[in-house]
Amino acid sequence: MALLSFERKYRVRGGTLIGGDLFDFWVGPFYVGFFGVVTAIFASLGTALIFYAASQGPTWNPWLISIAPPDLKYGLSLAPLKEGGFWQVITVCALISFSSWAAREVEICRKLGMGYHVPFAFSMAIFAYFTLVVIRPVLLGAWHWGFPYGIFSHLDWVSNTGYQYLHFHYNPAHMLAVSFFFTTTLALALHGALVLSAVNPPAGGEVKTPEYEDTFFRDLIGYSVGTLGIHRVGLLLALNAGFWSAVCIVISGPLWTKGWPEWWTWWLNLPIWS
Amino acid sequence: MKRIASLALAAVVTMALGACQLSPKTATQNGFRGTGMDHVTLTKVAMAKDEVPAPPYDPPATDGQRAKEVYQNVQVLGDESADQFNYTMAAITQWVAPQQGCNYCHNPENMASDELYTKVVARRMLQMTRNINHNWKQHVAATGVTCWTCHRGNPVPANYWTMPTEGPKGIIGNRHGQNNPVPESAFSSLPNASLAVYFTGDPKVDQNIRVQSTGLHPSAANKTSIMATEDSYAVMMHASQSLGVNCTFCHNTQSFQNWDISTPQRAKAWYGIRMVRQTNGEYMTPLASVFPANRKGALGDTFKVSCATCHQGKNKPMGGAQMAKDYHALWGEPSPASLTPAPAAAPAVGAPAR
Repeated sequence: MALLSFERKYRVRGGTLIGGDLFDFWVGPFYVGFFGVVTAIFASLGTALIFYAASQGPTWNPWLISIAPPDLKYGLSLAPLKEGGFWQVITVCALISFSSWAAREVEICRKLGMGYHVPFAFSMAIFAYFTLVVIRPVLLGAWHWGFPYGIFSHLDWVSNTGYQYLHFHYNPAHMLAVSFFFTTTLALALHGALVLSAVNPPAGGEVKTPEYEDTFFRDLIGYSVGTLGIHRVGLLLALNAGFWSAVCIVISGPLWTKGWPEWWTWWLNLPIWS
Repeated sequence: MKRIASLALAAVVTMALGACQLSPKTATQNGFRGTGMDHVTLTKVAMAKDEVPAPPYDPPATDGQRAKEVYQNVQVLGDESADQFNYTMAAITQWVAPQQGCNYCHNPENMASDELYTKVVARRMLQMTRNINHNWKQHVAATGVTCWTCHRGNPVPANYWTMPTEGPKGIIGNRHGQNNPVPESAFSSLPNASLAVYFTGDPKVDQNIRVQSTGLHPSAANKTSIMATEDSYAVMMHASQSLGVNCTFCHNTQSFQNWDISTPQRAKAWYGIRMVRQTNGEYMTPLASVFPANRKGALGDTFKVSCATCHQGKNKPMGGAQMAKDYHALWGEPSPASLTPAPAAAPAVGAPAR
């Protein structure tokens, strides 16, 4: 694969966390590194296990394939492969490959002298997944509480798990998470629209500078967060969306068992007015 | 500054945890693994008086002289033996008026007199109990109910409901019958008169919960509205909360309406809702002329039953204790006065109408 003209300057030696120079090379455009190898091994193993587990199931319909966690009775022990064991091994593979990918991102950041924003952001997504399949199941005492690996089945799990608390929209952390997710998309839409309108002038016009972008938002809402600032805002919103998602599910069950609407009675029962 | 911040942080953490349930949990699996049909509940839940009182004495013979031959004005229990009749009266006193005693319903000078309203109500309640035990086996099975199932030693059962007041009309302060967190809507902002929609009205006209639209557009034939889902959601949350369970106890939420993927408990609940509706429509509401004002709601309607009246936080009242079997008098034919036809609309268990 040919090297693109700007790629040469990104191929910086060193910055590895493990393995020194041993894995410090590129395959085509892709940096490998120790963690790239680990990711490749466990992602392949996990995917192969998903296919094998699917072959033991009732359907090859990609929408309906589901690899489910064990029954409640197995607690935090290992289950037989076809009764949730596959789910357990696949979960381990997924966590190792996700974490290794984050570590590989760290190595790339070190090579390029960047901050760790990208691996940190990805770690928040891993944390949310880790919360779903490890922290909450451990707090509730069984791997059973993980979600099934299937396109439709994981949606059904989300629905049923939400309805265990009668009305999940009353979950305070869910409220925060949903608000952050929507705000992230709103911010991205505003930012994308602004950039596109600045760089796509009418025929014959000139591409506008960031001064124009700032002026637009200063006119519209009296303030512009700026070209760098909007990316900080985006990161803050996105990290919070992932973080509060993890919080909203980990408190459902381990810290609250009734309907979420009833949780708010603490407010109604404050001694100020009750 | 640091001190204030740390104090504020400590206060927030304490308050946040104070609103949580930190005690040990018990989990149950209610569906195939991976479906998420599970239930987490506190291992120890503070419950209403849940112990089952022993019979006042060993159940006496059911043969011998009939009660109506020995006593006057015995309209419901007349065909029981006199011994059974006295035994039942002793039990009812213990269940309903343990402090007040016989005189809560009877004039001690003339036990046959109907001058106390409580006696008239108690008679109707006996008819109601017999109707439930006789005609609603799909819900109460062989366990049946007794006065204790609802009363638990109180003259008025702890869990009753009445019609909510309308509140101010106009622009200011008009809550449109919602946004008022009451137990009947499980403390949500959903309509607080949802029990009235499904638990009252003419029991012969079935009030099915059919809120899922069957067509793309509203039409003369398709009148389902999203507004109606709020009432059904509220009444379902009330049922869940009354039983100490959650939605997935009866439903797989992949499709609430599909009976094929629902649990067997849904059929029980289907009959239960209709039983409650008949109980309110034929036994509670008609007593409006009998009850004094302090035994009625703000709108002058009688206290009414809901799922919570019997269940009181348990999916089987009193943990399913077989209490009614010791009381022969509660299993008799509902007397003709009760005007209670068999639930004609009720389909066979397992295949209720869609």
